[in-house]
Amino acid sequence: MLKTISLFLVLMAVWLLLSGHYTPLITGFGIASCLLSALIAYRMDVIDHESHPIYLGPRIISYWGWLVVEIFKANIDVAKCVLFPSRYLRPSMFTVTASQKSDLGRVIYANSITLTPGTVTVDLDDDQVMVHALTEGSADGVKNGDMDQRVTKVMKET
Amino acid sequence: MDLILDIGTWVLLLAGSLLLLITGFGLLRLPDLYTRIHAGGMADTLATFLIFVGLSFQSGFSLVSVKLLLVIVFVFFTSPTASYALAQGSFVAGLKPKLDGFGQSEQKEKDDA
Repeated sequence: MLKTISLFLVLMAVWLLLSGHYTPLITGFGIASCLLSALIAYRMDVIDHESHPIYLGPRIISYWGWLVVEIFKANIDVAKCVLFPSRYLRPSMFTVTASQKSDLGRVIYANSITLTPGTVTVDLDDDQVMVHALTEGSADGVKNGDMDQRVTKVMKET
Repeated sequence: MDLILDIGTWVLLLAGSLLLLITGFGLLRLPDLYTRIHAGGMADTLATFLIFVGLSFQSGFSLVSVKLLLVIVFVFFTSPTASYALAQGSFVAGLKPKLDGFGQSEQKEKDDA
């Protein structure tokens, strides 16, 4: 029930940010549609820790901040590799072990690897993540396990 | 103040466009599908980020900026899923990544020496 209420609040916040029309009638429609959506989601029993991961809260925000910085660095590496392939292009494929216990944590980890240019998750089987990397630097970035530990910390599983 | 914002927008838009150009170049130049996905990843991440942040400078503190920033969030959520689907599909279909034959000239020099 608590999750349904928080889903309603999130829907309401998104509605208020996206609509921009604040006359009583339109706002009333907005509240009604958010209530209806929350009610249907509750009846369908689709609100769980995966579809509404509000408990990740501030930890995932600070993780995103770190991730954006990593994306910046990785983009510069890939751009260098495209411009000077003979010097930097060293594709490799390897498997790393994800230390997260839950499916959601593994998906966050695998998607973070893919989101960072230079490394792409090719296969995710249980806790084995197969990664294709573009350069030696990007391969080391995954192999040293820094991102893995940060995701585990976000999921509070250490 | 307007001038500073305009200059900021210009710098960010030009940097983003340059990255898009490098992306297109990489899509043509890199040897196989897996390496080309990496090049496409640049357009999905930093290029989108720079261009939309540059555009949001122009709209200032308004709901339009919120929408522009939300677009970045949605692209950041969906693009890795699409990349993964592409890579996983090719891998399951049996396409082998090209892993050998890069930087051979250096290796040869080492062997010779």
